Amino acid sequence: MTVMTDPPKESFRLSMLIYDTRYRSITIQVVALLGFAAFFGWLIWNTSNNLAALGKEPSFRFLWEPAGYDINQRLLDYNSQSPHIRAAVIGVLNTLVIAVLGCITATIIGVLVGVLRLSKNWVISRLMGVYVETFRNVPVLLWIVLAMAIMIEIPPAPKEFRGDNATASVSLFGTVAVTNRGVYVPDPNFGSDRIGEDGTRLDEPTGWRVGLGDVDVNSSGMATYSFLGFEITPTLQFWAVIVSALIASVIVKIFGGDIARSLNGGQETTSPFRVTPGRLMLAVLLIAIIVLWSLMGMGISREVDGVSGGVFQISLDFLLVVAVLLVSLNISKRIKNRADDIQEKSGVRPTVWYIRLAVVVLPMAILLWALGLYFTYPELKGFNFKNGLHLRNSLIALWLALSLYTAAFIAEIVRSGIMAISKGQSEAANALGLSSGRTMRLIVLPQALRVIIPPMISNYLNLTKNSSLAIAVGYFDITGTLMGVTLNQTGRELETVLLGMLIYLTISLSISMAMNWYNESVKLKER
Amino acid sequence: MSDISFVRTDMLPEQEPPATTVGFVGWARANLFSSPLNAILSILSIVAVLFVLSVILPWAFMSSWNATSLTDCREQIAAAYGPDHHGACWAVIKDRWVQLVFGFYPPYPIDGTAHLGSPPEGAWPAYFRPIATFVLILTAVAPVLFDKLPRKMLLITAVFPFLMPWMMWGGTFWNPVGAMLGFGIGYLAYRFIAPIAGSLAGVIAAALLPIIWWLFLMGGFASTMQSIIALDIPTVNSRKFGGFTVSIFIGVVAIVGSLPLGIILALGRQSDLLIVKALCVGFIEFIRGVPLITLLFVASTLLNIFLPPGTEFDIILRVLIMVTLFASAYMAEVVRGGLAALPRGQYEAADALGLDYWKAQRLIIMPQALKISIPGIVSTFIGIFKDTTLVSIIAILDPLGLTAGIRANAQWNGIYWELFAFIAFVFFIFCFSMSRYSMYLERKLKTSH
Repeated sequence: MTVMTDPPKESFRLSMLIYDTRYRSITIQVVALLGFAAFFGWLIWNTSNNLAALGKEPSFRFLWEPAGYDINQRLLDYNSQSPHIRAAVIGVLNTLVIAVLGCITATIIGVLVGVLRLSKNWVISRLMGVYVETFRNVPVLLWIVLAMAIMIEIPPAPKEFRGDNATASVSLFGTVAVTNRGVYVPDPNFGSDRIGEDGTRLDEPTGWRVGLGDVDVNSSGMATYSFLGFEITPTLQFWAVIVSALIASVIVKIFGGDIARSLNGGQETTSPFRVTPGRLMLAVLLIAIIVLWSLMGMGISREVDGVSGGVFQISLDFLLVVAVLLVSLNISKRIKNRADDIQEKSGVRPTVWYIRLAVVVLPMAILLWALGLYFTYPELKGFNFKNGLHLRNSLIALWLALSLYTAAFIAEIVRSGIMAISKGQSEAANALGLSSGRTMRLIVLPQALRVIIPPMISNYLNLTKNSSLAIAVGYFDITGTLMGVTLNQTGRELETVLLGMLIYLTISLSISMAMNWYNESVKLKER
Repeated sequence: MSDISFVRTDMLPEQEPPATTVGFVGWARANLFSSPLNAILSILSIVAVLFVLSVILPWAFMSSWNATSLTDCREQIAAAYGPDHHGACWAVIKDRWVQLVFGFYPPYPIDGTAHLGSPPEGAWPAYFRPIATFVLILTAVAPVLFDKLPRKMLLITAVFPFLMPWMMWGGTFWNPVGAMLGFGIGYLAYRFIAPIAGSLAGVIAAALLPIIWWLFLMGGFASTMQSIIALDIPTVNSRKFGGFTVSIFIGVVAIVGSLPLGIILALGRQSDLLIVKALCVGFIEFIRGVPLITLLFVASTLLNIFLPPGTEFDIILRVLIMVTLFASAYMAEVVRGGLAALPRGQYEAADALGLDYWKAQRLIIMPQALKISIPGIVSTFIGIFKDTTLVSIIAILDPLGLTAGIRANAQWNGIYWELFAFIAFVFFIFCFSMSRYSMYLERKLKTSH
């Protein structure tokens, strides 16, 4: 008879933390965590000691003190009495402006150069090669400074436009003045904008086309609360509302699939009025803003006399234009989808391009006419140009240099993406009788797009981060305002630099999140 | 019967191809004028190129090399080529190239002051130290780049990270010796403690003992040895560093430091240990999410606040630390790409052979992963080298920072293009040769067919 005995139950010994691979990983991780915490604590301990010795306890109170400096290129109202936080917001908007402008032009130039570099035309392909190598191998800061020097040194001074024997003239039929103080372009205005510097109406708009005017979003009905010693000002509450509504809507967009399905009655439908996560997101955004708005007593009033005292002014005309544009683009896309359906069913594609064009152009033209759109053109008055939209040298130089520099990288990405598509694809397209332009547009580029997008994301991020070099040419982005003048004036290095890094981190992570989401949607679906 | 066959019985002599398909004409027809659109594009771009060259070439070559100031230069050009000609004033490069290359580094660092006139008694040749450092960099890098060179040269590569800062900053020779001893202590600790107390204890000792040595004992060691055997060269203040010297110095240190750090971070990111992975991901994503300029602001304003009260350390050293950290995050992503591209079978095969983690990494994984990531590594190197120009924003006088100073001088007030062209040219040479080397290496290491 055999007696089966269980192996002796192994008790835990301390040495197993090191010698037993089951526990060793825990030991290592705990040690790493403790080490990291100790290091971080050491940094904080030093920092608080140092700051206490300097008499600068960390505080963000300075953000609400008057900034005392001017920002020349801006999207929102701002004067030197505005608080530092507003200067920072202007800076963030300027960063976003340059990032968006730069990404668009860099993509256009980059795709063009990348395709042309593969051209069979010897001169063109060599020329593009020279462009790419020149721009890639020289630091971007040098290009920015060089572009600024060109903008200052080459164009004529405003005084050369004056007199009968002027050496310079306003180009493009008297609409664009390129001077060494910046570029003046026609400024679009709506009927309601005919307001002079002193707040009086310049001239009555003709007929009824007066436009809608601006709304002044203000916080007159809101009180200031005190929370843990912080003053929660109406402005802060306002932004809290906007930001939390945005976050809520993004969450709904990401996780709203199930909700949308249950709202649709649990089945897939093709009804034009079905609920989709995108529509849910819009609804949440609207409802959140309206509810919070009415609960918190924010004011909204129509300002016609150009006097504002609120958080910001926003042009109703502009909002309406954007809304109409979005709707007509959507309708145009639906027409295209319908044409695709008909083509798949019958094999014949109806000609719809003129309908699609009309759907976008006609309503827009009518709307712009109805709102009383007119342009002011640059005019030489005194020593400088007046009227027109003034694009400063710093903006143009930064935009130009960043676009050309990034375009060189994008061109290489596009080229490698196209070369990654097997030659059989374009040969098959040729065999079907497609022209070379159509082969590129319909066969090669859509496939290359999947290879191109991930590195493209990192180039957009690089462009956004490189826009911080604006400080070298005096463009007031977030580096120039918060981490530049505000830092120097208040002496708050820790707060400003950390806040600035946090803002950049947020922008970068949002861009990469949005682009990754786009990447997921065009990626080859493997099943 | 006569022969009335219609079939040719003898071969025709071979004819020359039509003149329009061979030679230059044929090449042009195929490559420039293959279609009307191509013809228009070709002609337009040839005209554009000729126009640009007609502006740049006379500017660059009908120029002045010998002038003392910008006005003098303009007069010389007007006298030689007529009053309407705009010529380059390369005299500024001839006048200031020493400054653009070495910054304000003293040519004869004997007593810390710059002797710009005749060299003082017993001095080494002018700019001996930066030039010797550059030569040292080249000799240290050469055996890594070209495997035909004798392998013994790798010894120079091993000591060069310690010698280079000493040659630039000066001070006692016992400092680099002490720093090297730290690694020796780590090695000895592992050799003797591992057989006694197990390999993990050995690794811990090998990590801890050198850190204790560097932090607490090395200073005493260096000063004691210095008082016994004085081996020192004059120190040079960081504020004197400038020009291409500082670009290359920062670039080389960041490149050398970022590769090992990046590999460690990449391994941490790929690791199964949750906390280690989270720490690495956090670090990498944070650094990659912010622009380098904000990290340079941290270096110039915050780093001294983060350290114990009373620590004052050098601005160049602070910049070096931040640029290296920045580069290592990007390097980590490149290496991670290489690790991810490696087939899973390689990891499994290494496990099957019974190799432990570090041996598998060292012998199987890393050689292949690094080979895959060569193009990415080199383009990261190029990016770091270009990014060294950003230090001009925090008032370190790299070539771009020096241009403002040169322009501020009354002699050269208003000169732009010549300086920018020179700096761009030098950067182009460095970056372009790096990218060509990476292509050569890729071809050489290619094992597929």
